Formats: sequence, C-alpha cells, structure tokens
Amino acid sequence: MATASRTPVLSVEHLTMRFGGLTAVSDLSFDAFPREITAIIGPNGAGKTTVFNCITGFYKPTEGRICLRHSDAKEYLLERMDDFRIAQNARVARTFQNIRLFSGMTVLENLMVAQHNKLMAASGYTIAGIFGSGHFRRTEKEAIALATAWLEKVKLIDRADDPAGDLPYGDQRRLEIARAMCTDPRLLCLDEPAAGLNPRESEELNRLLKSIRAENDVSILLIEHDMSVVMGISDPIVVLDYGQKISDGDPTHVKTDPAVIRAYLGVEDEDEDALAAKAVSEAVGGKS
Amino acid sequence: MAAQDAASARTAYDWPAILKDLAGTAIVSMLLMVPIVSYKSVITQYSLVLEARWGTVFIILGIILAARLLMHLFVWNRPPAALPAAKSSGPAKASLTDRIGPSVFPVLVAFAILLPIISGGDRRTIDLSIYILTYIMLAWGLNIVVGLAGLLDLGYVAFYAVGAYAYALLSTIYFPYWFGDGMLPWAFYITLPLAGLLAALWGVILGFPVLRLRGDYLAIVTLAFGEIIRLVLINWFSFTNGPQGITVPKATFFGLPFSAGPGGFADFFGIEHNRIYYYIFLYYVILILALVTYFVTNRLRRLPIGRAWEALREDEIACRSLGINTTNTKLTAFAIGAMFGGFAGCFFATRQGFVSPESFVFIESAIILAIVVLGGLGSQIGIVFAAIAIMGSFELFRELTIFQDYLPEGTDPVHFRMLAVGLAMVLMMRFRPRGFVTRRQPTVFLKERKAVSGDLVKEGHG
Repeated sequence: MATASRTPVLSVEHLTMRFGGLTAVSDLSFDAFPREITAIIGPNGAGKTTVFNCITGFYKPTEGRICLRHSDAKEYLLERMDDFRIAQNARVARTFQNIRLFSGMTVLENLMVAQHNKLMAASGYTIAGIFGSGHFRRTEKEAIALATAWLEKVKLIDRADDPAGDLPYGDQRRLEIARAMCTDPRLLCLDEPAAGLNPRESEELNRLLKSIRAENDVSILLIEHDMSVVMGISDPIVVLDYGQKISDGDPTHVKTDPAVIRAYLGVEDEDEDALAAKAVSEAVGGKS
Repeated sequence: MAAQDAASARTAYDWPAILKDLAGTAIVSMLLMVPIVSYKSVITQYSLVLEARWGTVFIILGIILAARLLMHLFVWNRPPAALPAAKSSGPAKASLTDRIGPSVFPVLVAFAILLPIISGGDRRTIDLSIYILTYIMLAWGLNIVVGLAGLLDLGYVAFYAVGAYAYALLSTIYFPYWFGDGMLPWAFYITLPLAGLLAALWGVILGFPVLRLRGDYLAIVTLAFGEIIRLVLINWFSFTNGPQGITVPKATFFGLPFSAGPGGFADFFGIEHNRIYYYIFLYYVILILALVTYFVTNRLRRLPIGRAWEALREDEIACRSLGINTTNTKLTAFAIGAMFGGFAGCFFATRQGFVSPESFVFIESAIILAIVVLGGLGSQIGIVFAAIAIMGSFELFRELTIFQDYLPEGTDPVHFRMLAVGLAMVLMMRFRPRGFVTRRQPTVFLKERKAVSGDLVKEGHG
C-alpha cells in the first residue's frame, strides 16, 4: 500500500527505549501516512504503550529519531521536544489506556481545556481576557461551536453540561477521543480505545474512527487488542513482540504471517503452526 | 413485619458479648487513666508529692462504662437494614449551603457595605470585621493555589510578610530617601501595587523549585519557604530591624491624614475629629481589596488560565497531552495567589502600624489553609463562612469569661481556642469532608449550569 511517492506524516526510525537493563523497544522503524489508520498490535508487554509515550514525549527515547511532517512540509523532531510542545506545535494528540478525563469538570469544559492554547492567545495571555475583549469573546464562541460539533459527532451533546466523571465507560472513551480531536491534531494516538467496550460500542467506535479519517487531515495511530476493531479499520498494521517489530503490512498479510501467529500462540511445531494459522485467521477474519 | 423484626432484634441483647466489651473498655480506660489521672503532682512548701485521686478515676470509669452500656442497649443493637436505606445513588443532593451559595453573595456584600452604619460606629465591631475580612482576602488568594490549581501551599504567610515588609521598608526608608517627605501621605497607595508585584515575584521564586514536586514534598518545601522568609526577617538585622520590627506610618485618605489638626480629614470635611473615621476608612479599604480579589479570581476561573488551573488539579498528565504548559500554569497560580497575599500584607502593615516577624509564623499559614479547607476547596462563598466561623470563634473565646469560674485557676479560655478549632476540624472531616460548599460551578455551559458534585472533583496532587 505504502508507495515511495507519498510522504509519511510520522517516521519512526531506529527507535530504542531502555529502562535500566530492560529494553522495552528495540530498533523499531515504521511510517504512518496521512488519512490512514496505522495499528500497532502485539502481546501484552510488547512495548506498544512505550512507543506511544516516546512519540508523545512522555518518555525521551534512548536512541532513534521520530520525525513528524505537516502538510506544509514543516518537520518536527519529536524526540527533542517537551511533551506539551509536541501537542501544541507538532500537533500530536493522544488518549490514554486508563482514561484520563478531567472528571470534576463538565463534558464541555473538558473540550474547552483542549483548546487552551488557541483561547490563551486570544485572551492576550489573560490580560485582554480580564477586561473582556471582543476578540476573546468571539474566539470563545468559536471554541464552543467546535466543541459542540465534536459532541454531536460522538453523540454526547445531551450530556454536555454533565460532569465527565458521571459518564458511563464507553461515553468516556468517546469523549477522550473528542477532546484529543479538539486540539486539531495532525497525528492522533489512540491507546486501546476499545478496551472495555461491548461489541455494539466497538462497532460504533469503528464508525467514528473511519469518519475521523475521512473528514479530518489526520493520521491515526492505534494500539488495540480488540481484533474486530484492528482488522476492520486499519490500513497498515505493525506487530511488536518483546519490543521488536516482527511483522508489518496490511491486515490480510499480518493475519497469515507465521511470525505473528507464533508470537500470539507460542507454537513452534510445523503441524501445530498450520493449525494455529487456520484458527487465528478464522478468529480474526470472521469479523472483518 | 419489618417493624416486628426490628422490635425483636432490639430486645435480644447478647449479654455475654456486651459484658466482654465492657470489661475490655474498663481495661483500656484504666490503662489510659492510671498514668494520666490517678496521681497529681503537688508542690508543697518543701517538696513535690503525689496526690492520689482514685475517686476521680472511678467516677470517670463509671461514666465511660455507663455511656458504653447505653450505646449497647439503644444504639448499636439496631437492625443493620435500617442503616443503609437512607443512602441513595441518585444525583448528589444539594445541601443547604450549596443551595444558598450563589444567591447569598450580593446579600453579604450589601451587609458588608452597610456594616459601619449598622454597628453604629462601634470600634470593636469594625476592628473585628477588618480582621475577618483580611483573612477572607488571604483565604481567597490561597484558594487560587490550593483550591483551583490543587497545589498544597503551607507557606502562604511568606507572601503576606513580603507585602507587609514591602510597605514598611518602602514607606519608612526608601520613599523618604528617594523622594523626600512630600511622598509620605501617598506611600500606602504607591506601595500597594508594588507590594503585590513583589509578592508575585516571590511567588514565582518559590514556584520554580517546587514545580516538579508533588504531595507531601510540595507541602514540606512550601512550609520551609515560609519559615525561611520569617528567619531572614528576624536575622537580617541591618535591613529589617530584626525582631524589634518597624513602626510604619498610617494610611491617609488620599493625602488627608486622619489627625486632629488643620489639614486633616475631619478638618477638610468640616466634621468633628474622631478616631473611628480612620477605622471605618480601613474597613472600606480592606472590603474593596477583598472584593477585587473575589471578582478577579471569579473572572480568571472563566478564562483559559483558570480552566487550565482546574484541569491541572484534575489531571496533570492529561493537561500536558493537550499542549498546556504546566510549568507556566503552576507559576501563574503561585504568582497570582501570592499577589493577593502581598496586597493583604500591605494593608495589614498599615492597619497594625507596626510589623515584626512575629506576625508571620506558621500558624497563620495553617489558619488560612484551614479556612480554605473548611470553606470547601475552590469555593469562594464557603470561604466567607469558614473565615467568619474560625476567626469569629477565636474572638468568641476571648469573651468566655463566664466559664472562668469552672476552669482551674490560672487557665484562660483563650488557651482553648486552638483545641476547639482542632475539634471543629475533626468533626468537619468526619461529617463534611469537603467543606461547607462542596459543589463546583462549571465555568461554561451549553444549555444549563449544573453544579458538579464534590465527589467527582479531585483535590489535586498537593
């Protein structure tokens, strides 16, 4: 799928992350392209979330280069930037494996906090805001309009004035995605967005992610265990095991790759290998 | 049916268990009382002797056992089903203080404006009101740091001290040196903004080292900062005059001194000279300063910076993932909180007419923090009630001469005020752990403004 002529939004090159003696990610390279959903899968402890933390600046990688390109050809070397600058300037947004909403603030307030930098500049770094400048009030109205649009999209408009902590689990997941999208990102990193969702909710999530891909200038990076989500929506898939890339390609290729099957099921024997391949392809392929 | 069950359950006493419990209670009570109560050391003319007080011990033991028996008979034997029925998982019910919260503020302001007239110019009432208003203002300032940004600051009194000493030093030494005597009547008005700015600067200076600290560590470093400022004030004798303090000039009414002679306030307005005018003037100054604090804070909450403070209290990592510069956000919280502390300090210096390091001890920080916690973290109205309750009760203890007869000789009811405040805090933590006003008002809304239940609001990592 990935042709040489297209420029990737994100290039991860030789990324290595060591914690003391433990190598969580080792010499990982992959690209993510605009308007595509790149999935990162792998067994527990394979280093997927570590990759996310390196991309979003929460960890500083031990080695390697992470380069983000905007459509205007501006390049950002993420491994050198502070986490909040990555979000602010390079426009990388993320969600968390264990949801991190501002639970004591309302749903709308959560989305307003996401537009902090835009509003902060409009409020003249608070000074013009105190005196209620017209420019600030207009920008705030626009921010509310953007938040409203996203709330409609994730079907939470009726709960806009409720505290975020009061929402059911599935709604909180969608709100976190909406909050990340309110920062107007070029790269959206979703850490297990389908964890804890029922099949109907994951189906809804699939639709939401597809529509985000279709309507926004954004590339999506997705960590997921739910194969119905991964196989249903991702364009390329990167498979990690013990911090190393063991396979990548489109879903049909990855599904049948013996290395992937070995990583997930841990079999060596030829016969069992073939059996397992069949079992996995039925399990994951049935839903996609 | 259920009533019958309840009745039968109530009559069926488990006597062996009750007796066992009473025996245990007696042993624990005696263990505690033998060393504390049973002997009293009495100084006679020649020696120190122990006076046995076994009678008192057994009277107290009797009271404890009787109380515990009564609890067994009438309280602890209720069927368990009767207890949790009252608790429902529906939307959090608004308590009285929550419901009256927003509407009561204009009433309070009107009352505060009319207070000098209502009190009929009573010096003590006005003095007490100035005292309480100073603490309301300080608590509103600290509320920005602790209540909104969720950073526990145990050294807030340092900024109060910076403000007070800024006024004392500028008005007595530097202004006369720079500008001569002509500036003196205006010293208060010129120093007030400077005191705020200096305190804000010190807020930033404190902010930097504590940026990466959380929880207990943050509390300890801010506590140490408060003590450092106080110790510097004591020991830097050549600059601050050390423990002897500095006598500072009184404020003037825009250049008109409150003195009896010609050219004074009374003379200018053609009224008879009365010292009470000065106190009424001070009262309105602190009222205006407090109201400025209130409205500015309220405004800031609705601006991006205020929302970022509250988001920081809720989840710092999520803030960073949304591109919020948490360093700057924390520093502005420290600086703006400190600025209001500086204003209050400048006012305090002119009201006292004297500053010394003794006024800025740790207990002041603790009281201001207690007001913020008691009022409900983040709630400005709650703080008003908490300040009146705490500072008012301090004053009340001075009045309790009626108890003098019942107390041992040489004890003053004033000595019990901290004990009473401590007890009040314990009870508060037991019954209303989130303070008087627990609900949070959202800063922006789409259709209707619904208060957020206090259970969901985090306290921050401070």
